[in-house]
Amino acid sequence: MTLNEMKAGESGVIEAVHCEKILRRRLLDMGLTPKTRIMVRKVAPLGDPMEVSLRGYELTLRKDDASNIEVKEVRPCLLK
Amino acid sequence: MSIEIALVGNQNSGKTTLFNQMTGSSLNVGNFPGTTVEKKEGIVKHHHEVKVVDLPGVYSLSPYTEEERITRDCLLHAEADVVVNVIDATCFERSLYLTLQVIEMNFPTVLAVNMMDELRASGRHLDMEGLQQALGIPVVPISAFRGEGIEELVIAAMTSAKNHTLPRKMDFCSGPAHKAIHSIAHIIEDAAVGAKLPIRFSACKLVEGDDEIKEMLALSEGDSQMVEMLVAEMEQRLGTDRDAAIADMRYAFIEQYCCPFLKGKSVDKGQSRSIKIDKLLTHRILAMPIFVGIMGVIFYLTFGLIGPIFNDWMAAGVAEITALTETILVDLGLNPVVQSLIIDGAFAGVGSILSFLPTIILLFFFLALLEGSGYMARVAFVFDHLLRKIGLSGRSFVPMLLGFGCTVPAVMSTRTLGSDRDRKMTILLLPFMSCSAKLPIYSVFTMAFFDHYRSLVMISLYVGGILVGILCALLMKHTVFRGSPMPFLMELPSYRIPDKKVVAMNLWQETRDFITRAFTVIFAASIVIWVLQSFDLTWHQVADSGDSMLAGFGKILAPIFAPLGFGDWRCSTALVTGLMSKETVISTFSILVGAGDSVALASSLGSIFTPLSAFSFLIFTLLYMPCVASFAVTRRELGSLGKALLASGFQTAVAWICAFLFYQIASLII
Repeated sequence: MTLNEMKAGESGVIEAVHCEKILRRRLLDMGLTPKTRIMVRKVAPLGDPMEVSLRGYELTLRKDDASNIEVKEVRPCLLK
Repeated sequence: MSIEIALVGNQNSGKTTLFNQMTGSSLNVGNFPGTTVEKKEGIVKHHHEVKVVDLPGVYSLSPYTEEERITRDCLLHAEADVVVNVIDATCFERSLYLTLQVIEMNFPTVLAVNMMDELRASGRHLDMEGLQQALGIPVVPISAFRGEGIEELVIAAMTSAKNHTLPRKMDFCSGPAHKAIHSIAHIIEDAAVGAKLPIRFSACKLVEGDDEIKEMLALSEGDSQMVEMLVAEMEQRLGTDRDAAIADMRYAFIEQYCCPFLKGKSVDKGQSRSIKIDKLLTHRILAMPIFVGIMGVIFYLTFGLIGPIFNDWMAAGVAEITALTETILVDLGLNPVVQSLIIDGAFAGVGSILSFLPTIILLFFFLALLEGSGYMARVAFVFDHLLRKIGLSGRSFVPMLLGFGCTVPAVMSTRTLGSDRDRKMTILLLPFMSCSAKLPIYSVFTMAFFDHYRSLVMISLYVGGILVGILCALLMKHTVFRGSPMPFLMELPSYRIPDKKVVAMNLWQETRDFITRAFTVIFAASIVIWVLQSFDLTWHQVADSGDSMLAGFGKILAPIFAPLGFGDWRCSTALVTGLMSKETVISTFSILVGAGDSVALASSLGSIFTPLSAFSFLIFTLLYMPCVASFAVTRRELGSLGKALLASGFQTAVAWICAFLFYQIASLII
């Protein structure tokens, strides 16, 4: 599964980031490294971009960019 | 001995607030435009030998963005004596990623842990002593917003600078990455010393595949191959590539050795409050109406309710001073030509611009509130999808909107955009958002020609501007600005109460910039226009401006506008003077047709225009290059006169083509 397919409230663990060098570097710098727990906070009103929560902060990224991020162990929303 | 402190930190880490607290007053603050990103300098209060530089906010020290490069160069070339790395205690883990990279640079460094008040409020505690031990650099807890710990921080930074205290030698790495970095460090030791680069930093950068550092090191063919071999071996062992290996290593160190010092891992109070506010402000259905409402209120207050009152006061004040000066000049018995130059040229020109100052200050005040509170980031989040379709990102939305008020602050506000490409594209498109100074032109023309369809004409002009903007954006996206837009990765900061000092300083800077401009560019332009409209080619003062050089110039230009339906020399003259400020189009027409007020003007315009050519004229005014004030800021923000001229040329060409197409096609139909 990739990050862009996750729904608001779901959380998972990053498995890998596959994309061109500069974007990849920026994603890694922002803390989207393998084994990091990540939660989808919400999706923007027009369906893109999405807001995720990781390493104690909130990050916005586009679904296109998020589709490069593989996630595993996706858990459904715990608190509504 | 003087000491220079460089502030390094993430965006939203409170660097600017800290900068203001350190410098105390904004009097010593100077801007250094020209580069794509600003760098602020100031003198530290109570320590006049200490200078502080606020570097742009960055998340990493890779060489991929201009901001990162500036920060990196500042450390590499030892432009400062000590680095103060500011981190946000409430996003401790992510913030330390930059800290580790700064420490790698092997430069005197002090860590300022900011937002301690928020951390305390959320019931958490950070073990400073432990963190200091783990990182090997002095750590000072501060709250820039409340002014806590500032003096301690300055003392710590001064001590580190005086003793040139380097970070304690330590290893952030482990496993195969550790092995690769150390083996490479060994190989490149001499090259790094020769190139005056920190060894460990260089080794890390080589592992990451940083070409710039590789070039600076100028390794021999053999060494270079050896480095690549070691990296390949590491990649194989880790089962990941070089970039991920190093990022992973740094985050692993933070998780293992730094995070344990942060105790009481409850949810951050500010964050949970932000989540609640966001439920409303970024709501699936309500987000856009709320935004429209907020902007509506701001526009109403700025351009409708408060702005005009202040503008009138300002105008009245300017009129008083002008009248007083005139009396003095008459009393002095000065040459009437000189009198006219001062009063009709300089005072009229600068004065008419100065009366806009209150509007601009108000607009910037609201803008600073939105920016400081964290709402602007949400606006970018909500509207990104729309702007992306035309090749921009959500961040360009607010400047575009400000463009409907005044192009000048709108162009200035593009500084907050992350990417240079987005900035340039936004600046080019801004003048198509019809600014408020064009309103008087629309009003007079609709009164004269389209009295029954006033609002329809108004709306079609505003919408037309937006449509042309979208078309041009699409055109640029496929031609000049083809490159891929910057990835839209943006931290959504917690909502905070805007810092009074940051807001006040922003306002002061904008005001100062504006006044400086009024007394330089606009002053000069006013005098030039006055000279052109007061004399003929033989330098004799003319009684009727129709005989002036300006009119002569207008007559030369007139044929250019003939295919658009308005070949009369008065139109071209009005358009040229409109470059001073757009309202001038109307005042010029008044002078040229000898009309006393706008009603008389409207009726006499009928002799120059047909309704068709009038609309064509409106289209041209809507789109052609903005006024000198906007041109001056555009020049400053684009960094070169040539580019600014090119932008203006482009806008004027678009205006001509649109008006031409409209007039010719409409003439065929009607």
